Amino acid sequence: MHKTRFFDHLILICGVLFLMTPVVVAFMTSTHTAAEIHSKGLMLSPGGHFAETYTTVLTRQGGFTGQVTGARMVMNSFILGVGFAAGKIILSMLAAYAIVYFRFRMANLAFWIIFTTLLLPLEVRIMPSYQVMTQLGLINTYTGLIVPLLASATGTFYFRQFFKSVPDELLEAARIDGAGPFKFFIDVLVPLSRTMMAAIFIIMFVYGWNQYLWPMLMTTDESFFTLMRGIKSILQVWIGSQIPDYNEAFALAVLAMLPPVLIVVIFQRWFIKGLTESDK
Amino acid sequence: MATIDINQVSKIYTGGVTAVRSVDINIADGEFIVLVGPSGCGKSTLLRMVAGLEVISQGAVRIGDRVVNDVDPADRDIAMVFQNYALYPHMTVYENLAYGLKNRGTPKAEIAERVAEAARMLQLEPYLERRPRALSGGQRQRVAMGRAIVRKPAAFLFDEPLSNLDAKLRVSMRGEIKRLQRRLGTTSIYVTHDQLEAMTLADRLVVLNGGQIEQIGAPLEVYHTPASTFVASFIGSPAMNLVKGDLHGDRLAIGPAMFELGGYAPASGPLTVGLRAEDLRIAREGEVSFALRVDYVEELGSQRLVHGTLGDQPLTAALPPETALGDAINLAIPPDRLHFFANETGKRIGNGLPAPTTPAAERLGAGRLVAHR
Ligand SMILES: Nc1ncnc2c1ncn2[C@@H]1O[C@H](COP(=O)(O)OP(=O)(O)OP(=O)(O)O)[C@@H](O)[C@H]1O
Ligand SMILES: [Mg+2]
Repeated sequence: MHKTRFFDHLILICGVLFLMTPVVVAFMTSTHTAAEIHSKGLMLSPGGHFAETYTTVLTRQGGFTGQVTGARMVMNSFILGVGFAAGKIILSMLAAYAIVYFRFRMANLAFWIIFTTLLLPLEVRIMPSYQVMTQLGLINTYTGLIVPLLASATGTFYFRQFFKSVPDELLEAARIDGAGPFKFFIDVLVPLSRTMMAAIFIIMFVYGWNQYLWPMLMTTDESFFTLMRGIKSILQVWIGSQIPDYNEAFALAVLAMLPPVLIVVIFQRWFIKGLTESDK
Repeated sequence: MATIDINQVSKIYTGGVTAVRSVDINIADGEFIVLVGPSGCGKSTLLRMVAGLEVISQGAVRIGDRVVNDVDPADRDIAMVFQNYALYPHMTVYENLAYGLKNRGTPKAEIAERVAEAARMLQLEPYLERRPRALSGGQRQRVAMGRAIVRKPAAFLFDEPLSNLDAKLRVSMRGEIKRLQRRLGTTSIYVTHDQLEAMTLADRLVVLNGGQIEQIGAPLEVYHTPASTFVASFIGSPAMNLVKGDLHGDRLAIGPAMFELGGYAPASGPLTVGLRAEDLRIAREGEVSFALRVDYVEELGSQRLVHGTLGDQPLTAALPPETALGDAINLAIPPDRLHFFANETGKRIGNGLPAPTTPAAERLGAGRLVAHR
């Protein structure tokens, strides 16, 4: 028994090292100056420029127009991530509610049509989506960034499965208790779905936060740039003999990682709580 | 409080299954009706049609003097208790009780008052702030009851509310439901497949079989004069013995045994004879009797069930626990305790032999049984 436990830990520690080392290296490197990094390569020890680099990254106005700051980009990413996750949850919950609880013709067909879009990633429909957005004049707006990504087969599917597992008697009891379709949804289904919502929020926030291609197409105005785009534009500044701002790129990368980690940590608590305190 | 009239109600499910067929029940105000029958006989379907959870295919249901066929369940003024309780898992007991009232726009103060009253009645006061998952099965059951009570509906509908509880709790909850219904005087329809529950709770029993009513009547009436072999074998435990018999004039032959009915001849020819296990008793010295070959014995403590054969037909007798047993025992039965059913239809023939007016002690000695080995 003791022996297996030792090996369990060994494997876990190896896994942690394997996954954490690059992050630690990125963080440590970001606290050195660009020149130092250029001459010595990646660092494992902390340098003395933490505050300096991170302040610069977040507040220095840069880019082509010299207007956009790192903080702005973080905010944009955040708006995209949260808008994306919240929008997806609301939309897919409503869709699943309609599919499961309302007997309308071809409900199953509708569901399977939604479901087949799972097979089509954004990239497949990116050109038509882009064209629609252009014609609607939604380039360089948050609406344009978020709305076309909202329809979610995955979310609809998960909520559908979840709603199907809710006992029918609960609906019947609510009907006898005088709750109409809307009240039942708000008073019963939504509270019961909390853990499901937390799980989908985690997945979708990270997914939205990490979007690269779509924001790249949709935004030409730098004030709408997301972090993922920003990191790249920093490394593109490679003029003459100037050393690229490696430290700043690393700092942005670390910053880019932070919110998803926080979201996972926060929501995971709910999530696990929901799983262990199983509502029967 | 209201009467409920179920008038020629049928349910045909999509796909053509007829789950309930032309059912007629008139339920008086404050009456406790129990629908009883084997699994799949349509009890739940009938109840759910009264509740409004299932569309009524044919016929009409009237609550009070209003036809409710097209009325929403919320507006039928009924409350239902489900088998799995269907409590809202995310709400506290208080919220569970209050939810129906809240949806009807009852003032907060009145809600609090009514919930408090129901909680007191059901001894739920210590649990009002708990979630259902933190309650035992019996407590959940009481919350489900409470949710029905607070609404002060015209009728309670119960769908096997006790079948998830253990045997002992079931008995005590049974008593509690009965007491509560008496006290509130609310018209109730109660569905169960447990004949004992049905017997103990009902003012009137409705025995259903294959979607049709076999018999409606007070528990003892159904017990003493079952309308068919189905009811006879369903009501009472152990089930009534049903054996093949032959009636010639007033002489009844069951296998090797012969009974004389003293002039009573409801039919003639082959028929089915019903004998309740508890009506059979050890024959006394000199009394006419028949022999039961003993196969095995079940000890119930208060009595012993002796399973054996009469001729080639199985027969069970419920005898006092101290009865001495051998390979065969001599049994007797008062002829007025015999039931007769037609072989083809299973329907009851006649009302049974009228019980003699002579005192019981004398009657036991009356030698009207003739036994042939
Ligand atoms: N939605 C449905 N579609 C088709 N047939 C159904 C449906 N619901 C029930 N039935 C059928 O109707 C009949 C009666 O069902 P019901 O649920 O009323 O039985 P029950 O008497 O309550 O049985 P139990 O004691 O097992 O609960 C059964 O034969 C069942 O198969
Ligand atoms: Mg049922």
